[in-house]
Amino acid sequence: MNNQFWTFIFGRLTWEALPLHEPILVVTFIVVALGGLALVAALTYFKLWKYLWTEWFTSVDHKKIGIMYMVLGLVMLLRGFSDAIMMRLQQAMAFGGSEGYLNAHHYDQVFTAHGVIMIFFVAMPLITGFMNYVVPLQIGARDVSFPFLNNFSFWMTAGGAVLIMMSLFVGEFAQTGWLAYPPLSGIEYSPASGVDYYIWGLQVAGVGTTLSGVNLIATIVKMRAPGMGMMKMPVFTWTSLCTNVLIVASFPVLTAVLTLLALDRYVGTNFFTNDFGGNPMMYVNLIWIWGHPEVYILILPCFGIFSEVASTFSGKRLFGYTSMVYATVVITILSYLVWLHHFFTMGSGASVNSFFGITTMIISIPTGAKIFNWLFTMYKGRIRFELPMMWLIAFMITFTIGGMTGVLLAVPPADFVLHNSLFLVAHFHNVIIGGVLFGIFAGINYWWPKAFGYKLNQFWGKLSFWFWIVGFWLAFAPLYVLGLMGVTRRLRTFDDPSLQIWFIIAGIGAAVIALGIAAMIIQFAVSILGKNKDWDTTGDPWDARTLEWATSSPPPSYNFAFTPVIHDNDAWADMKKRNAQRPVEGFRAIHMPRNTWAGIVLAGLSVALGFALIWYMWWLAVLSFVAILAVAIFHTFNYDRDFYIPAEDVVATETARTQLLGAGK
Amino acid sequence: MSRLIKLALLFPLAAMLAGCNAVVLAPAGDIAAQQRDLILIATFLMLLIIIPVLALVVIFARKYRQGNEHADYQPDWDHSTHLELVIWAAPLAIIICLGAVTWVGTHLLDPYRQLGRIAPGQPVTADMTPLEVEVVALDWKWLFIYPQYNIASVNELVAPVDRPISFTLTSSTVMNSFYIPALAGQIYAMPGMQTRLHAVVNQPGSYKGFSANYSGHGFSGMHFEFRGTDTAGFDQWVTDVRGADAQLDRKLYLELEKPTERVPVTHFAGVENGLYTAIVNMCVELDKMCMSEMMSIDDRGGLGLAGVDNIAPALYGGGTRNRSALGPQKTYVAALCSVDEAIAMTAKLPALSAPKPAMVTGVGLSPPSLLQSPAAAAAMSWLAGQTASLATTSAASTL
Repeated sequence: MNNQFWTFIFGRLTWEALPLHEPILVVTFIVVALGGLALVAALTYFKLWKYLWTEWFTSVDHKKIGIMYMVLGLVMLLRGFSDAIMMRLQQAMAFGGSEGYLNAHHYDQVFTAHGVIMIFFVAMPLITGFMNYVVPLQIGARDVSFPFLNNFSFWMTAGGAVLIMMSLFVGEFAQTGWLAYPPLSGIEYSPASGVDYYIWGLQVAGVGTTLSGVNLIATIVKMRAPGMGMMKMPVFTWTSLCTNVLIVASFPVLTAVLTLLALDRYVGTNFFTNDFGGNPMMYVNLIWIWGHPEVYILILPCFGIFSEVASTFSGKRLFGYTSMVYATVVITILSYLVWLHHFFTMGSGASVNSFFGITTMIISIPTGAKIFNWLFTMYKGRIRFELPMMWLIAFMITFTIGGMTGVLLAVPPADFVLHNSLFLVAHFHNVIIGGVLFGIFAGINYWWPKAFGYKLNQFWGKLSFWFWIVGFWLAFAPLYVLGLMGVTRRLRTFDDPSLQIWFIIAGIGAAVIALGIAAMIIQFAVSILGKNKDWDTTGDPWDARTLEWATSSPPPSYNFAFTPVIHDNDAWADMKKRNAQRPVEGFRAIHMPRNTWAGIVLAGLSVALGFALIWYMWWLAVLSFVAILAVAIFHTFNYDRDFYIPAEDVVATETARTQLLGAGK
Repeated sequence: MSRLIKLALLFPLAAMLAGCNAVVLAPAGDIAAQQRDLILIATFLMLLIIIPVLALVVIFARKYRQGNEHADYQPDWDHSTHLELVIWAAPLAIIICLGAVTWVGTHLLDPYRQLGRIAPGQPVTADMTPLEVEVVALDWKWLFIYPQYNIASVNELVAPVDRPISFTLTSSTVMNSFYIPALAGQIYAMPGMQTRLHAVVNQPGSYKGFSANYSGHGFSGMHFEFRGTDTAGFDQWVTDVRGADAQLDRKLYLELEKPTERVPVTHFAGVENGLYTAIVNMCVELDKMCMSEMMSIDDRGGLGLAGVDNIAPALYGGGTRNRSALGPQKTYVAALCSVDEAIAMTAKLPALSAPKPAMVTGVGLSPPSLLQSPAAAAAMSWLAGQTASLATTSAASTL
């Protein structure tokens, strides 16, 4: 009876679920717990809780939400990178009968978590953060279309991350690879909580991503400043629009396929099982119908960042704006026609394989056109080698090579020998690090002064840059070689001693990347805490070209006191050229959305629901689900959603800026 | 000429990879060698555009740096129709070439296609009977059944050189990928499904084979030795295996199927009739309905409501572990008739009939006259010749 009671309360969560037998995890937990306690203590000591709650957690300001996304992404980068270091160490050690230091149970979780975290909780938040922060400023809007939804989206993404992190210390994570192919991820072969953490972590975060996509599409389509036709939008806004179209069209597929997998695991349906007509290949198709657009979701905004960087630091208009836009749109459409190239080797016919191979190659044409456009933007320019520009050059070289190996993998007979090999691993890190991550770093260095009012430290930035570049090639060039030596991915131990040297080189590369990350953290710390800040009083520290640089750094909460009128796709460069004067009088009260607690509460309840489902605590699942509905309905009766910034406040802010600009001259 | 180009392409790669055994670039089987050739051709085609791009990035970044006052500066120059034409057309031209190579190569090297040749210039003749091997991926080892010899082995695959091998593959539980880099590209092995692979090994030797798709805890140890031997060596091996004690019947298979790791090489002197067919149809257990039978019944309209009751609780495969949280006890469809009858009904799947040698067609497409046999055989070398002349021209122009 007593036993039954505890089973009812805690489901299948028992003391055994805590990984007390894994010393690495126990130490990690102690460190995390101490760090967490120190953080809580510091926040309490400095009485920051109220500030965080009112100014950040409940904020609907797209700029603050964008920054919170960035913080989430960078924190999760540390977790994902720890996984990477652990894998590199294991693979460099486990030779000649050595088991390394990770058992299969632990190692298989590490590589699964690495993939899941890096894609869903590093790359996605960082990309979404940029889109949130920059897009409304670039189109001259005061916020996104649905500010509350924006806050809710962020907290759902964070909630997914919380669930994934929880799996580190309560239970275990999936041991299936980052896409959790059934039948391996079915209840029969993965009966423990790992795959359930995977499913519910991604489902909770997926709600956030999808809604944020809806929000940004509406924002870009409906809230552009007067005069900004579609073909006058900055390229970053264009790529954001395409990315969000991809998100809205593809994330529901992920949600559906994970729901089907959850049904298989929870109620015994047979969508992807071996028996009763289930078909695991259906899962593989569906997950890649989401998965391939996903990589374009990540890379397109980075193409946008690089376009802004290229024209700003070359001091030139972007070469071939129109063809850049068409290339983006073509990539958006084609990204839906290539998913099968992820499983040429599953026995499709030659004609099917050829079709998907050739469509994949065709994507390289608009992508190549983009590379050429950046190249000819530099041509006859005046290139200033600031940090963002350095990342652009590194990107153009690295990404081109990564693109080449990608097209190689698109040739089905070549893929038959390289599929699932370390060559493939090297390829996608080559494009995701060389494309997405370099783009994010360019963007951070580029827009930091806009967000905080001062430039990032150059010395540490350059150090970080070189560590990253050298580390990247050291870490991944050996994987190309190993792939050609016929070494497959996800192996924990090796027999052939001749392979070890390559894994050691790759490990050294990962260590150099670690230095790059450390240098970046120091760069942030030095820039934030340093006394001699490189202040930006003008709002336009780079002599840039798009609208976000027309307002102050950091921008006021309302972005623009008067909505600007647009005449050119380089709106700010055009204003500077025409010597347009900034209005200094006639300010009016500004209508703004009000902060709300509903987003963080709903996301918290969603985490509780996910946790309850993972551990079979049915009472909690029902309770939290009902609570989610209740809070959501209750929130719809909240009519106090907006307020006016009084005209005096606007006048005060704008006068202060006028004085600052005057002093700057 | 094409051979020269291949060698020329190989040289830098070989130099780079000196000291390590890059088996993908130096395989021992004709199929893998052709796949390697495609990698080299594709790389060469792409380098035609990649190298100029990389060079231009460096040149432009250097020439138009802010410090260089002599460089031309045109801040408003942002369009050139001619240039746009080139930057879209040049990659397009490369992709058209590569696409053509891909289409031809994918069809010629389709793993389901019976071999047309065992080596360059050595077509498959009528007296070469392909060696049939039935491959089953188990947790976590490989079972190879040789139906022509009625023997089986675990974690050891032996084949005579220069004899076509015809693999049929399936898996007992989860997805795996069967891959011997020295022999041919990989193909997935999946439960309840059958895939195929045709290959030939040309050089005797011992090579690594493994699963290339992560399949659970024992995945790292899921590899085997593949040996290419001369015919006499193969016959000797067959004799050795026949001398083993064990016979692989259904009962022993169900034992073998249970998850184990790093299993030593095991031989079976005999194999129960129809075992592989039963594995593919997931009915090694005698009381379980074969999928082929199920599909056949469904095809004729099914059993109606009566069929709903024809299930039995699954007791194999871990018993309680396969139970979903809120779902019913795991069940399976019970056999309606004896398994022998079922197997007789679902005789072995017929092998694909060999198309005419070297003829390329898509499903539902009639073969274009251009690609009829002699021309198709020459297509690759023609293309290599074209790229060769391109290379010489560009080399000449740089000189």
